[in-house]
Amino acid sequence: MKFNPLVAICAAVMLAFPALADDLRGTGDLGLVVEREAGSLLVVDHSERAVIGRIKGLGDLSHASLVYAPDGRFAFVFGRDGGLTKVDLLTRAVVKRVVQAGNSIGGAISDDGRLVAVSNYDPGGVKVFDAGTLDLVADIPMGSKTVGIADVPGRRFAVATWDTGEVWLLDHSADPAKPVITRLEGIGANPYDALLTGDGRTYIVGLFGEKGLTAIDLWQDPPKVTRFLADYGRDQPDLPVYKMPHLQGWTLADGVFALPAVGLHQLLWVDAADLTEIARTDLAGQPVFALARPDKREVWVNFAPPDNDKVQIVDVLSREVIDTLTPGKGVLHMEFTPRGREVWLSIRDENRVEIRDARTRALLAEIPAQAPSGIFFTDRAHRMGL
Amino acid sequence: MARLAAFLLALALPAQAAEVAPARAAELRHMVRQDCGSCHGLRRTGGLGSPITAQALAGRAPDDLAALILDGLPGSAMPGWRALLTEEEARWIADYLLQKEMP
Repeated sequence: MKFNPLVAICAAVMLAFPALADDLRGTGDLGLVVEREAGSLLVVDHSERAVIGRIKGLGDLSHASLVYAPDGRFAFVFGRDGGLTKVDLLTRAVVKRVVQAGNSIGGAISDDGRLVAVSNYDPGGVKVFDAGTLDLVADIPMGSKTVGIADVPGRRFAVATWDTGEVWLLDHSADPAKPVITRLEGIGANPYDALLTGDGRTYIVGLFGEKGLTAIDLWQDPPKVTRFLADYGRDQPDLPVYKMPHLQGWTLADGVFALPAVGLHQLLWVDAADLTEIARTDLAGQPVFALARPDKREVWVNFAPPDNDKVQIVDVLSREVIDTLTPGKGVLHMEFTPRGREVWLSIRDENRVEIRDARTRALLAEIPAQAPSGIFFTDRAHRMGL
Repeated sequence: MARLAAFLLALALPAQAAEVAPARAAELRHMVRQDCGSCHGLRRTGGLGSPITAQALAGRAPDDLAALILDGLPGSAMPGWRALLTEEEARWIADYLLQKEMP
């Protein structure tokens, strides 16, 4: 038989493609679980309820968080030691790591996926990096520890300052290296965290140093600042807060915000339209995360020590606790699968992640993990404020 | 043999530690690492709270630190831990933090 290059190429392609198709995969059902002590990440597949790999060498991951690139393949991990690490979920490798500060707390990625901003405790302020190279693009000192950084539409970031009680808006749309800064003063004493609503309109700042919260309407020019819930808990003695609540992963359900109280064992229900208090729900302890199931029908709450073995489920219509689970010691985080079918719970002190049916709450599977904390599924790549 | 083990244990731990049972000491070490670590960092290098490494705390009196652990620091985010710790346990933690080598 005469050698025919075309036949040879076709044969090669036919041989190559099935193999390639087997190797190819999407990232839409992948996620990362932080192993805070080991400084590693588990790469997980939530369709298979399985670990598919581990990425090591990320330094001190206590209080680590991460954001995803728009492709859902790469993630940017913010470590306590000031490390900013770009990882690849498909090759399960560290792409690049820079130690950009002494001590950092979180970060955000711009709406175009080009800039990664890191919020720092030491030396404070925010540093902004090129998402491709991790080269420094802008350094914005603020004379304060910063908290609650979020991506605002229009290649902007919002961040609150713990020491000085301000919110800074950083607009990188014209020149990424020279952001136009809008400084909002008098936000309140010691902002401890903040959240951006899913439509990118409202930035809500939680206060530790005084009662209440502050909402900033970013649709107004200049942004409109409104204090609310200034009286909550004023008639009761503060209970000790053994772990700060988190606002990111915020809850807006049925036109109502459900927010964790500080120093009270309660969930606060606030009308999203006029920011007035509607109701409160008594809880088992100091809430840390109050997360709506993606269909918004239930709010799942975990707790600070000594109640961090529990999870309570609150019905959005009745605003009553309808179930109390005791998954195990050190329930640090919860993440729902994107459409809310299942929920993953990290149980730090028992070195495992539980996967439960988000409706029946039955245990479906467990995954071994070393002191797991944050769980982050790739659908976050396409949601504002996450 | 048991006597030797007790002798080695006495060498390894500061005097105050003897007042806390070994099982509780393990819980306290875990608490320092994880719960104090929420604000002060897993490696005690600081976060929302100040660094609490032995180096950062050098020169501080253990009794003062124990009082601060029990009653908190008003005007800061440091809560009082009295509801969860006895005075002996707070003192044990103070000594533990001041140890040069992180066990």
